[in-house]
Amino acid sequence: MSTKIREHIRGGVGEHVRRVDGIPKVKGQFLYGSDLWAEDMLWGYTVRSPHPHARIARVDISQAVASPGVQAVLLAADVPGTSVYGLEIPDQPVLVSDRVRYQGEPVAILAATDLETARRAAERVSVTYEVLPTVADMEAALREDAPALHERGNTVKAIRIIHGDPETRAEVWVEGYYETGMQDQAMLGPESGMAVPAEDGGVDIYVATQWLHVDQDQISPCLGLPKDKVRLHLAGVGGAFGGREDVSMQIHAAMLALRTRRPVKMVYSREESFVGHVHRHPSRIWMRTGATRDGDLVAVQARIFIDGGAYASSSPAVITNATTFAAGPYEVPNALLQGTAVYTNNPPCGAMRGFGAVQACFAYEAQMDKLADALKMDRAELRLRNALRTGSVLPTGQVIHGTAPVRELIRRCVDLPLPETSDERDPLTYPGGAGNVSRGEGLRRGVGFAVGYKNIGYSGGFDDSAECRVKLFATPSGPIAEVHSAAAEVGQGVHTVILQIARQELGIDHVVLHPADTMVGSAGSTSASRQTMMAGGATQLACRAVRDQLFERVRRWALTRGVALDRDLGIEDSHVVAGGRRLAPIVDFLDTAIAQTRVYHHRKTTAMDERGQGDVHVLFAFAAQRVLVEVDEDLGLVRVIHVATAQDVGKAIYPQGVYGQIEGGTTQGIGLAVMEEIQLRDGRILNPSFTDYLLPTILDIPTFSSTLVEEPEPGVPFGAKGVGELSTVVSTAAVVAALRDATGRELNRAPVRPDDLIGLTPPVRPRSA
Amino acid sequence: MLVRLKVNGDWREAEVWPGASLLALLREQLGLVGSKNACEQGECGSCSVWMDDELVCACLVLAGQAEGREIRTVESLASGDTLHPVQQAFLESGAVQCGFCTPGLIVAVADLLETDLAPSDITIREALAGNICRCTGYAKIIDAVHAAAEKMR
Repeated sequence: MSTKIREHIRGGVGEHVRRVDGIPKVKGQFLYGSDLWAEDMLWGYTVRSPHPHARIARVDISQAVASPGVQAVLLAADVPGTSVYGLEIPDQPVLVSDRVRYQGEPVAILAATDLETARRAAERVSVTYEVLPTVADMEAALREDAPALHERGNTVKAIRIIHGDPETRAEVWVEGYYETGMQDQAMLGPESGMAVPAEDGGVDIYVATQWLHVDQDQISPCLGLPKDKVRLHLAGVGGAFGGREDVSMQIHAAMLALRTRRPVKMVYSREESFVGHVHRHPSRIWMRTGATRDGDLVAVQARIFIDGGAYASSSPAVITNATTFAAGPYEVPNALLQGTAVYTNNPPCGAMRGFGAVQACFAYEAQMDKLADALKMDRAELRLRNALRTGSVLPTGQVIHGTAPVRELIRRCVDLPLPETSDERDPLTYPGGAGNVSRGEGLRRGVGFAVGYKNIGYSGGFDDSAECRVKLFATPSGPIAEVHSAAAEVGQGVHTVILQIARQELGIDHVVLHPADTMVGSAGSTSASRQTMMAGGATQLACRAVRDQLFERVRRWALTRGVALDRDLGIEDSHVVAGGRRLAPIVDFLDTAIAQTRVYHHRKTTAMDERGQGDVHVLFAFAAQRVLVEVDEDLGLVRVIHVATAQDVGKAIYPQGVYGQIEGGTTQGIGLAVMEEIQLRDGRILNPSFTDYLLPTILDIPTFSSTLVEEPEPGVPFGAKGVGELSTVVSTAAVVAALRDATGRELNRAPVRPDDLIGLTPPVRPRSA
Repeated sequence: MLVRLKVNGDWREAEVWPGASLLALLREQLGLVGSKNACEQGECGSCSVWMDDELVCACLVLAGQAEGREIRTVESLASGDTLHPVQQAFLESGAVQCGFCTPGLIVAVADLLETDLAPSDITIREALAGNICRCTGYAKIIDAVHAAAEKMR
């Protein structure tokens, strides 16, 4: 029997809502991991290697142990269980026992009565290192004479996608080599949390993370505890962007808490944060693109290297993404796409917003511009001509069954008006404005365009299901639904979305969130733009199960009165309605609460075979972006003036949040395009601070025009596609394209530096032999 | 060392080590965690507070320098359930995502609006150049400043 609910719900799907955590956040009352406090709490601290590659000859902790206020100093031998952990490959030591593989790797941990005492005690841990030669270059790491950094060698993962006949002839070929630098997530809230020992011998860990259950999966074996004794609770998360997918301080704080039997809090400093989480992989991409003279793509050949740094983290998935997307959102009948993720002694790289798709887009969109120029064809026209659509076959052989409104995006993006120019400008609006370096002379403008795409959800046969429990109960002030999901709110708004979906499905206004923890099943990771689909889908299923049970009660009640309710039942304003007429308040049927738990699975995918063929990704989202820049030709300074974005969102559940994701994601892409890079020398980070690692400020951002293309994706809740990453995927490519347009320079490396723009630095050359 | 200072209207005392920052005093000794610890070197503005009505980064002020001074933090802005117009505007405009930069930005915006109730985009950008937000791309923050200014005029 079908059920119907009101289409318009206050605070429901698609409505303008306020974020659920907004009030505590504006009042300064929202508790982040670094704000936690407990009676009798200790501060944990990490002793880290200053060398990127070394053997540990000796560790002497006697002076640290003897320091007043120090309660414990622990080494690798003190790890109670498994000595290594990792998201995909457990290759990362909890604490180094013998061989350091990156600068900043944890060697010892200690707990003391306050942070300053802990810091000073850490200086009294004496470690003798035998320094080894650093493997700092991703291609050098693959040479036969390079020292092996792991038993499995220096290749994390290599894949090859063969599609059609890659050796086929084409009338026009363009070729290019592209590099991107190592970007930091620079989430403002540092890695932080607190571990509290429990009476049952277990531990409760309150942490700012992206996926409580995968933390639990990695932490419990290292602690030698069963999973049910390692309980995780989500602390307030000060941004994530991929940087909190890997374990940071969780195991360390838990070890110290279990040893001292006291709560232990750990908060990384900003410098420590730069070595405390993984980064965006630097990439080197060689690409060749062939087409007919009419502009039909014939073949793409690509070789992609990404630097995974010292440990695997999510490098296998990142290289899979970069390689599967390397031909761009275009129909290409023939392709040979090869990707390799490499171990080096550089800081570990893993998840960051865009996850391999950013690097690929930077290369394939530069190729599309080159090709358009070679064909003397309009750049947007070339893209329109070759754009993917529903039914298109990807290089993996995967057929796109869902929506793929690429042409609509391109047209809508091109149609967004450019800002009006005014003759009178404040000097602050010129490139380098805050430096007061220009009066507007020698400025060049350029416009760049990029289209990109990315998978939503986990790929390659992985079932990243999400669970949700919903409880509906009566109170004197009416019915309340409580939603329990382990989905990590990292700022993007998933908790708001979950509540909107619950209001929509249950037809009641008062919906509250149970704190996110591991007492409910996994919601999967807050990554891969997946939580709207997955945690949202689970919420929808659980609410529908609650509603069905409620209606069952209503029907039984009606039968006792001799009425058979065979008409559609629904809920409006907290009342049960039948055939549009109000029957009774729903609290009348809630003598006992109704609780239901459901698990949402996305459609099954498959891993790639040896030719890189498979139904790899769940579904795709697309974006098109046009960027207007201004360059000071004397100083090489850049101002991004305007960004126009058209994004494929399926359905905007929380529209204000969607625009916020587009603007924020674009800004991170601008960062990678013109200023953000972790500078490395021989494996060492030269700029681990916000003074030296430059982030876009409010002076650097453009004005934005964004438009949403809402073609509901079949088979997913409300037809909504994830929205978090697409703008980041395209914006680095679009900004650099605009800089090429302004300067006529090749600019094949991001971030583009002033030296590149005034011609002091030639374009980077491929380093491959 | 013992530091005595007025915080959000009340005289308070705290025992700190001589190298402690005002931010550490507020957060660790007085439990006022609204001021945030993002960079702790004056680059991001997340710890913005008023010291004798002057906007400062609490991480760059030694606790001892605040002896006898009057400090106002983000916690002073709302009165009970009634939000300060800047807080309300941030909420309405979508200027909050992860929220870690939010308290510092709200203090900085409230400071700007104390002297200019009709700031231009340029003025806003200049005034907030010392506050880093990693989530929003700042556009909705600019919207929030205009909305708050309008409400306060």
